[in-house]
Amino acid sequence: MIVRLGLRFIALAYLALLLIVPVTIIVVHTFSGGLAPVWNSLTTPDAVAALVLTLKITLITVPLNTIFGITMALLIVRRNFRGKALLSALIDLPFAVSPVIVGFTLILVYGMNGWFGSFFIDQGYPIIFSTPGMVLATMFASLPFVAREVIPVLREIGTEQEQAASTLGAKGWQTFRRVTLPAIRWGIVYGVVLTTARSIGEFGAVAVVSGNVIGQTQTLTLRVSQEYQNFDHIAAYTAALELAVIALVTLFLMNLFHPRKDH
Amino acid sequence: MTTVALPRRRASGAARPSVAPGVAITYLSVIVLLPLAALLWTSKKGGAHAFWQAITAPDAVAALKLTLGAALLVALINAVFGTLIAWVLVRDSFLGKGVINSLIDLPFALPTVVAGLTLLTLYGPNSPIGLNITYTRKAVVLALLFETLPFVIRSVQPVLLELDREMEDAAASLGARGHTIFRRVVLPNLLPAILSGMALAFARAVGEYGSVVMLSGNVPFSTEVASVHIYSQIQSDYVTGAAAMSIVLLAISLAVLLSITGLQRWSAKHDR
Repeated sequence: MIVRLGLRFIALAYLALLLIVPVTIIVVHTFSGGLAPVWNSLTTPDAVAALVLTLKITLITVPLNTIFGITMALLIVRRNFRGKALLSALIDLPFAVSPVIVGFTLILVYGMNGWFGSFFIDQGYPIIFSTPGMVLATMFASLPFVAREVIPVLREIGTEQEQAASTLGAKGWQTFRRVTLPAIRWGIVYGVVLTTARSIGEFGAVAVVSGNVIGQTQTLTLRVSQEYQNFDHIAAYTAALELAVIALVTLFLMNLFHPRKDH
Repeated sequence: MTTVALPRRRASGAARPSVAPGVAITYLSVIVLLPLAALLWTSKKGGAHAFWQAITAPDAVAALKLTLGAALLVALINAVFGTLIAWVLVRDSFLGKGVINSLIDLPFALPTVVAGLTLLTLYGPNSPIGLNITYTRKAVVLALLFETLPFVIRSVQPVLLELDREMEDAAASLGARGHTIFRRVVLPNLLPAILSGMALAFARAVGEYGSVVMLSGNVPFSTEVASVHIYSQIQSDYVTGAAAMSIVLLAISLAVLLSITGLQRWSAKHDR
């Protein structure tokens, strides 16, 4: 009993110092000057532009990465082919590549002196220091999430039901839509939630390729760091709080959809 | 063996239309592989000498040492506290456990730069508890601990839930005490999960940028980590230096990823 209470105390104290107290304090700190300054900095054109750009990037990234993730998961779990292990490792790769490196590699491809940089600039569609580069950076960084969540679910459900369906005459697509998809849907939803959170919150990769032009290529995360450096703490904390609220909603959805056995 | 071979062979019957693989692999190539190829190409273009010179520059060595040391320390701390927290969350019961359990994933949901600002508020120059760790290496470790918190916990938790309590009961009935049961029965079962959680935490810590850049002050030779080093090389247009350091970090991450895959294969084999 004493051991159990001791362990409980250590676990909770660690979580409190690292996680709970800091996150609580940021809320308190944001509203330390009252509600009006927060509202003002929330509604400045620059802040609104940052939010809109963040949402735009997310809306492009999430659907594409979701379709990709489901397809890749099916490939890896349900097919046999040469180089499968390699492919499976490659999907996970973005997860272990530092965000800064993600941005840097994009500069090497699409930057002024990059492989295809001058081509796109000549066409009038510069990629680096503009929105397309930020979308590419976000896609790269959030690529693995859906596949990672769907792969274990696919493995767990096995193939018996799919076999039964095809025995009963269902075609490949029919089997997928009627049998496989319903079985993996919570895995997909969970992956989508993680992809969305990462897309909204991506900082390093976007910072490298954005140029950080206020009102044009500034996302919410870039705004937090920029305004903090400018000593406009209210603006920094307000943007951070916006992101924190999105994170809490994400967290709520994660817990709602994650098929954990202790729930 | 038949249980392994049979479902795989049968599975190809229930496969998807066959344009999908090509499209998916093309997508992967454009989004991930092309940029990484450009990185490889750039790092080779300068020649081996320039690469070596960039990576052995004193500030690069210092940044790399700090990054690897901090990541290792963070992985070890996570192994201990992550396992402990997972244990408390699975085996203990108390008021508010559900809420605590949901909060564990917060570092995954919270943007890194917000995490940095958050820690800065409590442990920075305006700290309400008078504890300022900015511009020290403790700041690097703290930021990394925050970002990597969920890995070991979320890796150990499901294994602990699945773990057959009968083994522990049997050990207890044979006279084993609490810590002996944990060491001899529970820990060996958890070890693959702990190790893979540590490896994930390590890989994440090696590349972390947003939270560290906010909190550590980024002083070269002191608190500048590898990712921040790359960033400043990019800003000063020293492409060779940035590419060399990126390649080293990538190689480390790849090695860690492959070891996780190996570990999972090994533990899957032991399950059967």
